[in-house]
Amino acid sequence: MSTINLQDTPHIDNHDDHAHGHHHETFLTKYVFSQDHKMIAKQFLITGIIMAVIAMGLSILFRLQLAWPDKSFPILETFLGKWAEGGRIKPDFYLALVTIHGTIMVFFVLTAGLSGTFSNLLIPLQLGARDMASPFLNMLSYWFFFLACTIMMASFFIQTGPASAGWTVYPPLSALPTAIAGSGLGMTMWLISMVLFVASSLMGGINYVSTVLNMRTKGMDLWKMPLTIWAFFLTAILGILSFPVLVAGVVLLVFDRSVGTSFYLSDIVMGTQILPNEGGSPILWQHLFWFLGHPEVYIVIMPALGISSEVISVNSRKPIFGYHAMIYSLIGITLLSFIVWGHHMFVTGMNPLLGGVFMITTLIIAVPSAVKTFNYLATLWRGNIRFTPAMLFAIGLVSFFISGGLTGIFLGNASLDINLHDTYFVVAHFHLVMGSAAIFGMLAGVYHWFPRMFGKMMNAKLGYLHFWLTFITAYLVFFPLHFLGLDGVPRRYYAFTEFEFMQKWLTVNVFVTWSAIIAALAQVAFLFNFFYSIFKGKPAPQNPWEANTLEWTAPVEHLHGNWPGEIPTVYRWPYDYSKPGAAQDFIPQTVPFSQTMSSNLVHDFEGNTEAEQIQKDWELKNVPVVEKAE
Amino acid sequence: MKVHRTTFKKMSLKNIIITKATAVLTVIFTVFSSMSVFAQEVGATASAAPAKAVDMEPIYKSTLFYVLLFLLLCLFIGIIGKALKVYELTRETQGKPEGINWNKINGVLFAAFLVVGLYGVYWEYTVHGNMLLPEAASEHGKRIDEMFNITLIITTIVFIVTHIILFTFAYIYKSTGNRKAYYYPHNNALERIWTVIPALVLTVLVLMGFLTWRSIFHKVQDPNNQPLSIEVTSSQFQWDFRYPGADGVIGVKNYKKITSINALGIDFNDKNSLDDQLADELVIPVNKPVRFVLTSKDVLHSFYMPHFRVQLNTVPGMTSYFEFTPTITSDEMKIKTNDPSFKYILLCAKICGTNHYNMQKTVRVVSQEEYNAWVVKQTTYLTNDLRKAFNLPIPIEPVAVPATADTTATKITEQTNQLAFKK
Ligand code: HEM
Ligand SMILES: [Cu+2]
Ligand SMILES: [Cu+2]
Repeated sequence: MSTINLQDTPHIDNHDDHAHGHHHETFLTKYVFSQDHKMIAKQFLITGIIMAVIAMGLSILFRLQLAWPDKSFPILETFLGKWAEGGRIKPDFYLALVTIHGTIMVFFVLTAGLSGTFSNLLIPLQLGARDMASPFLNMLSYWFFFLACTIMMASFFIQTGPASAGWTVYPPLSALPTAIAGSGLGMTMWLISMVLFVASSLMGGINYVSTVLNMRTKGMDLWKMPLTIWAFFLTAILGILSFPVLVAGVVLLVFDRSVGTSFYLSDIVMGTQILPNEGGSPILWQHLFWFLGHPEVYIVIMPALGISSEVISVNSRKPIFGYHAMIYSLIGITLLSFIVWGHHMFVTGMNPLLGGVFMITTLIIAVPSAVKTFNYLATLWRGNIRFTPAMLFAIGLVSFFISGGLTGIFLGNASLDINLHDTYFVVAHFHLVMGSAAIFGMLAGVYHWFPRMFGKMMNAKLGYLHFWLTFITAYLVFFPLHFLGLDGVPRRYYAFTEFEFMQKWLTVNVFVTWSAIIAALAQVAFLFNFFYSIFKGKPAPQNPWEANTLEWTAPVEHLHGNWPGEIPTVYRWPYDYSKPGAAQDFIPQTVPFSQTMSSNLVHDFEGNTEAEQIQKDWELKNVPVVEKAE
Repeated sequence: MKVHRTTFKKMSLKNIIITKATAVLTVIFTVFSSMSVFAQEVGATASAAPAKAVDMEPIYKSTLFYVLLFLLLCLFIGIIGKALKVYELTRETQGKPEGINWNKINGVLFAAFLVVGLYGVYWEYTVHGNMLLPEAASEHGKRIDEMFNITLIITTIVFIVTHIILFTFAYIYKSTGNRKAYYYPHNNALERIWTVIPALVLTVLVLMGFLTWRSIFHKVQDPNNQPLSIEVTSSQFQWDFRYPGADGVIGVKNYKKITSINALGIDFNDKNSLDDQLADELVIPVNKPVRFVLTSKDVLHSFYMPHFRVQLNTVPGMTSYFEFTPTITSDEMKIKTNDPSFKYILLCAKICGTNHYNMQKTVRVVSQEEYNAWVVKQTTYLTNDLRKAFNLPIPIEPVAVPATADTTATKITEQTNQLAFKK
C-alpha cells in the first residue's frame, strides 16, 4: 500500500497530508480508530443498524402493550424486571419506550446512521478526493456518536429508567423529576448523550462541507456533482446551522434542572409544593427545539432523496429528470426549512398571528417537495428499468414520500391542525414521510453501495423478499393510524381502555401490531443478507450497476487514498445514460467528449464555441452515424 | 439485471438436497416434541390452583416454540432460495437463458400492488373512514370540516393519480433487455407547469386556512352576546373547572396561594372570587359563546375536545384563551349519531406523565334553561375553612346559592352577596 504514489496529483488536494498512509496499520488503527473515510462509513452504518434493531425492538414492546393492554406476557418480566411486573408494561416505562424509540430512530439511525454512512463513503469517492478534509475530526465524529449511543442505552440500566417525556422532551415534564421518574438521572443522560451527538454531527458536517467545497477532482465543478453529493452538502449546511440551537436549548435545560434557573419554568406547583421558579416559559424550549427539529426532519430526508435520485437514474438507465430543478428544490427546502418550525406549535397558545405566518411558509415548502416527486416520476417514464433491490427501495421511497407529504398539507394548515395536533394522524404523517421514506432511502443506499463498501454482492432475491415484506407491512402499520387520529385519539396513550370511543380501535391496534411484528421479522432477511454477504457474498465486479459516477472507477480492493496513482479527471455530468448515438447505455464521468463524438449534444459544451465547432466539423464528416435528439 | 458469477460450486446437487433435508427433519422434530410438552404443561397448570409465583416453564417453552417456528420458516425460505439457485445453475450449465425473469416479476408485483393497494385505500376510506368523529358540534368546527373535506378531495386525487403513474411506469417500463431508455434530461415548460399548479392550489388552501384561523382566534366582542367564561386548570392528572358565579367574572388566582385546602390558589381577597363555583363536569349552554381560560398548575397539558374541533395547550405561567360556540346539544347528538350513550369528552393531548392516557372529563351541551338550573346547584369554592384562612366573616347559616348565573342578573346577586358579607 505504501507503494502508491500520492505526491503527483496535480489537484487542489495535493497538499493533503498522507503521511499516515505509510505507517504500518494495526488492527486498532484499521478497524477501531480508523481515519479512513470508508472504514468510518462502515462503522457508522453498522452502529446505525444495531441502533435501528434496538429501536425496532422497543417499538414492538410498546405495540404489544397497545394491542393487548389486558394481557400479561410473563416473558417480558423476565427481561424487563420491575418495569413489566406481572408481565405487563407499566405506564411510565411505556412512555420511556416511545421516547427512546423516537430519539434513537430520528437522531442515531436516520441522522448519524444515514448521513454518517453515505456522506462519509460517497463524498470523497464521488468527488474524487483521497479522503475527508480532516480524517482525524472524522474519526472523532464517529466516536462521539458511539459514546452518545452508549450513554443513551445505559439509561435503561439505572434505577429511575430512561427519559420519558417524549422525544421532544418538553419541559416542565422533562425538567422535574417529581413529574415523572424518567426526568431524573435518565433525562440527564439523555441531555449528555444529545450534546455528544450534536458535537459528532457538527464535526461530521464541517468535514462534509469543506470536503465538498475544496477537494473536488479536476473538472468536477458544482454543477457536475451527483445529486447525492448535493443532498449531503445541503444537509450538512442545514445541520451546522441548526444543531447549535439545540445545544443552546439543552444547556438552558441543564441549568434549569441542576442550577435552579428559570428559563423554561414558571408558576409551577407540584401537588402542593410551590416551586420557586418565576419568569420562564416552557414555550421557549419549543421554539429552540423546533428551530432545530424541523430542519432535522429534512436533515433526515434529504440524503435519502439524494440517494434515491442516484439509484433511480442508474436503474432507469435515464438521466435524472430536471437535474437543475432537483438542485434548486433542495436549496429551496434548505432555506425554507428554517422558517417553518412554528407549525409544530400552532396550538401551544403562541400568538395566533405567528400561526398564520408559519402556515404560509409551511405550505410553500410543499412546492419544492412536489417538484421532486414529479421529477422522479418523469425519470421513470420511458426508462429501461432494472429492478435491483436498491431500485425497489427507491421506488418505495417515492411512494411513502407522496403519501406522507400529502398529509403534511393537512397539518400545515393551522386551522386543521387544531384537531389533528398530537393525535395519531401526526404519527401516521411522519412515520410515512420521514420514518419509512428515509429508512427506504437508507436501505436503497445499502443495497446499491454494498459492493463498494465491502467488495461483495448482496443476494438480490433475499433483497426482493425483504423489500416486498417491508413495503407492504409498512403501509399496513401506518395507513390505518390516520383514521385513529381523525377520530381524535391522542398519541402517546398507554392504553385505549379508559375511553369508550377508543374501544372500536382496539382491533385495529391488534392488526397494526401483528403487521409490525411481521415487518420486524422481515428485517431478519436483511440482517442475514448483510452480514452473510460481508463474508460470503459473491465478489463484486468493478462496476456492478453500470453507473457513471466516480466511485465505481476506484479499485474494488480498498486502499487508503482511494485511487492508485492519479485521481481521475471528470469531463461530464453524471447522468449520461442511454444517450442517443452512444455505444453503451452509460458514459462514465471520466470519459472525455472527444471519445464520444457520436453522442455529443450541443448542449454538452455549455457555450464553448470552439468545442461546438469541432463537434460540427466531425458531424459533417460522419453524417450517417449521427442521430440527433435536439 | 446481469448476474455476476465468479465461482461455480462443484458440490453436487444431491448433496445439497440431502443435507438440507436432514436439517429440516431435525427442526421439525424438535418443534413438535416441544409443542407436545408445551400442551402438557398448559394442561397441568390449568388444573392446578393458581399459584402465586408464575411458573416460567411453559412460558419459556412457548417462546421457544415461536422461535423454532420462525427458524423453520427461515429454513424454508433458505431451501427455496437454494432450489432457485440450483435451478438457475442447471440452466446456465445447459447454456439456456436465465430461467426466472426477476425484472418481470417485480414489475408485475408493482402492478399488483397498485390494484390491491387501491382497493385497500377504498376499503380504509369506507370502513375506517366511517368510524370517525361525528360532524363538528361548533360554529368554527363546521368551517374546519369544510376545509378538511376540500383538502381531502384534492390530496386524495393527487395521491391516487401519482400512485397510478408511479406503479404503472414501473410496470410498463421494466427492462426487457432489448430496449433503450429515452434520453430525456429536462423539459422546462413541463417543470414550470408542475411548479405553478401545486403553488396555486396551495395558495388557495393557505388563504382559506388563514381566514379561518383568524376568525377562530381574533374574536370581535359582541356586547349583546358576552361569552360565558370558564376557567380550566390542568394538573397531573386532572382537570378543574371554575365557573364565574353570579357576577359573571372569574376571580383572581395566584399559584403562591395554593394550599391543601385551596388547590387552585384562588385569591379570595378579590371580590370576584367569592361566588366562583366548582363543577365536576363541563356543562355549557348551546348556541352561546364560551370562553375557556386555560391555565396549568404543573406541566404542559392540552385541552382537547375533538367533537368541537377545539384544542389548545395549557401552559404553566401563561394563560391562554379559546372561545367558541357549541351548536349541538348532547341530546341532539345522541339522535344524530344514533348512539344513546354518546358523550362529548375532554381529553389531555399533551404528554404529561404516567396517567396521561386517562385524564378525562365529560362535557355536556344543554339548553340555556337546563344550564341555568344546573349552574345554581354547583357549590362555591369558598368554604368556611377558606373563610378562616382569608379572614373573611363566616356566615351563621349557609349562604344562599346565587339564584341565577345569567349576566343580566349580576347586579341583584351582587347585592345579595354583599348582604351575606355584612352579616
Ligand atoms: C409536504 C411537506 C410537509 C408539511 C406541510 C409538513 C407539515 C407538518 C406539520 C404541520 C407538522 C406538525 C403536526 C403537529 O404536530 O400537529 C408535522 C409534523 C411532523 N413532520 Fe411534517 N410536513 C411535511 C413534510 C415532512 C417531511 C418531509 C418530514 C421528514 C422527513 C416530516 C416530518 C415530520 C415529523 C417528524 C413530525 C412530527 C414531530 C412530532 O411532533 O413528533 N414532515 N409536519
Ligand atoms: Cu416540521
Ligand atoms: Cu396529558
